[in-house]
Amino acid sequence: MSGSMHAESDCDGTRGMRKLLTSNEAVAEAVKLAKPDVIAAYPITPQSPIVEKLSEMVENGELDSRFVRVESEHSAMGVVIGAATAGARVFTATSSHGLAYMYEMCWWAAGSRLPIVMALAARSIGAPWNIHGDHLDLITLRDLGWIISVAENAQEAFDMTLNAFLLSEEVNIPVAVAIDGFTMSHTAEVVNVRQVDIPLRKQAYRILPEMEVALNAVAFGDARMLARYDLAKDLEESASSIEEKYGGLVERYRLEDAEYAVVVTGGLSGDVKDAVDMLRKEGVKIGVMRLRFIRPFPRKAVKELPSQVLVVDRANTDLRGVLSVEVAACGVENKNVVAGIGGKYPTVDELYSCLKRFVDGKLSDVEWLI
Amino acid sequence: MRLDPLFSKATAGSAGETGSWRNFRPVVDLKKCSGCKECFYYCPEGVIEVKGVARIDYRFCKGCGVCREVCMQKAIVMVQEE
Ligand code: SF4
Ligand code: SF4
Repeated sequence: MSGSMHAESDCDGTRGMRKLLTSNEAVAEAVKLAKPDVIAAYPITPQSPIVEKLSEMVENGELDSRFVRVESEHSAMGVVIGAATAGARVFTATSSHGLAYMYEMCWWAAGSRLPIVMALAARSIGAPWNIHGDHLDLITLRDLGWIISVAENAQEAFDMTLNAFLLSEEVNIPVAVAIDGFTMSHTAEVVNVRQVDIPLRKQAYRILPEMEVALNAVAFGDARMLARYDLAKDLEESASSIEEKYGGLVERYRLEDAEYAVVVTGGLSGDVKDAVDMLRKEGVKIGVMRLRFIRPFPRKAVKELPSQVLVVDRANTDLRGVLSVEVAACGVENKNVVAGIGGKYPTVDELYSCLKRFVDGKLSDVEWLI
Repeated sequence: MRLDPLFSKATAGSAGETGSWRNFRPVVDLKKCSGCKECFYYCPEGVIEVKGVARIDYRFCKGCGVCREVCMQKAIVMVQEE
């Protein structure tokens, strides 16, 4: 961490310290405040600086956590599942192929209804090999039963990570906090590191060694289906908590009078907003709906969008982007642009001309910004 | 949120008499058995009781032969079932 820092009070009176942090470091600072009992992780670009920072904090005594070095991401999730089962507050982080390797255990985490927080520095998945950002890894978490939040900047990475502990422990569902690989994970911004006191961990159940009980043995008959239904329902219902306490499922940017709306998530949202500002200057009534969460999916907000919708995706399913399909599933027809795959990041000017063509009715149904 | 589907408590025979499909039956030679409990620790089904000598509950023994492998006295032989 670099840059000067000084303590100060926010206007709302909360204690805080302004620091120059990358989103990776912002996540680590938030985790430090949450005081997890156990952290387990395996290094992978671009997530590694998160757990490097945390391991330094543990080493120099700033953070009283058990840092478990594992031989794989599959084991990292295994360790946090085991520790969470026994009642420990836990954290892990991964990216890309690491998440793919961890994938099986992510199902166990959700199905077991364990509060777990994972940061994901979103990165492309090969082949072909690429270390840069997109949402192809993130989107593989979609159907597991995790809550998935996506930060726009380092401040939000900090806030979302802190909130993830509270939310996860409130609804007994694991929470992922995604930051964009490199454009956020390795880019520094000023972050207000709030000094908050996080309540003690709570969770639906704990299993201790002396208890003669097995977790997740065979669940035939209706047991498997009941468990899956409860998870789906609780995930859906977590939306009201998120709206009330955790900043909401979406951010609405210049949408009040908008006739055109762009739906987007993650760090790219900032550039889309810049492009929208350029069009606003020309008198075009256009705004942005930024998805802060993609699970639970903000259906209600999406249904309230104006009739002309463009979805900008950083992950595709077939030719269409994933969010475009999700928005369409809400009954909202939309044009779709797939952009920024493998770090091929569009410039604000490119986004501007793309949005301009959308407004002029010249954009095809689906386009890739290659 | 229902937690019942996630939990189970072990009870003998909850999955039926799993010994019924055993192909090989471990038979303890009581003269050779020293009562060391090695088989008791290794039996994956927990069906061996050692009080002086090893006794196997054939209702639930699946015939895997782990006990035979670990017995240092070579007191257990696997006999083909009828
Ligand atoms: S391991 Fe062999 S000697 Fe030891 S208790 Fe079992 S049968 Fe007997
Ligand atoms: S054969 Fe297998 S199941 Fe049967 S007593 Fe030996 S170790 Fe246990």
